[in-house]
Amino acid sequence: MDAIIQLVWQIVMLPVGLIFGGMAERKHFRQLDEREAQLPVPLDNRKHVTRPEQVVHAQMISGQVVIATDYWKSFLMKLRNLVGGEARSADRLMQRGRREALMRLRESAARLGANEVWNVRLQFSNISMMQGKRGGNMQVEVFAYGTAVKRRAANG
Amino acid sequence: MIVVNTETVPGYEVAETLGIVQGNTIRAKNVGRDIAASFKNLVGGELKGYTELLTEARREAIERMLAQAQQLGADAVLNVRFTTSAVAAGAAELYAYGTAVRLAPLASPESTGAAVLDEGA
Repeated sequence: MDAIIQLVWQIVMLPVGLIFGGMAERKHFRQLDEREAQLPVPLDNRKHVTRPEQVVHAQMISGQVVIATDYWKSFLMKLRNLVGGEARSADRLMQRGRREALMRLRESAARLGANEVWNVRLQFSNISMMQGKRGGNMQVEVFAYGTAVKRRAANG
Repeated sequence: MIVVNTETVPGYEVAETLGIVQGNTIRAKNVGRDIAASFKNLVGGELKGYTELLTEARREAIERMLAQAQQLGADAVLNVRFTTSAVAAGAAELYAYGTAVRLAPLASPESTGAAVLDEGA
């Protein structure tokens, strides 16, 4: 009985995911484009800061986001599992999470008045697996961290 | 305390290495947040409750790491890394680790180096 309710629920939620989930996703991508254009803080994933003599302040910062799929995308992913190949819907989910986390990293760098962020690292963890839920929606945490560096104003 | 995830602090050199310092915390999600997240789960997108939960937990791990560094009398923690692991259904361990060091300003008189911070992370 439980399984049937679950199945019916998933079928009912499919169009909801398709329509509202898709709308939310497109809106999010549009916002990301805008925010990235507004706040072009350069990120660098090298370990060694160039021209260290100009640096006046260095501090570790982070940005993180937990992002989830809707039922429609989960359904597409399950279909994709049957035939293999590239899962575009999962790809877009990861992109969304990554860009949002990096954007938050840039924003916290800007709050400190930093010029750039060095040694940027990204870390992913699948939270839905932690819940031990089988067949549930994918929930991913993206965690970005790095060292914000502020330089002397005269040298840019 | 200076906290960076690079191998050196610009403008300083490492005078003494005090060893690895670490902080961890295991957090379980609470029911209220889970209900809110499951509503949000219908349409996908960000689960703010979980984002906050993990941000908080990570801050806690960093604070514990810094407390250890302070006990050793360190000036800075370098090369900080994070790991996350699932220890049980619905609970995650967040772990932060780095190297505690004592710093000395570089010889050149112009370089003032990174300012010392009172608030961590």
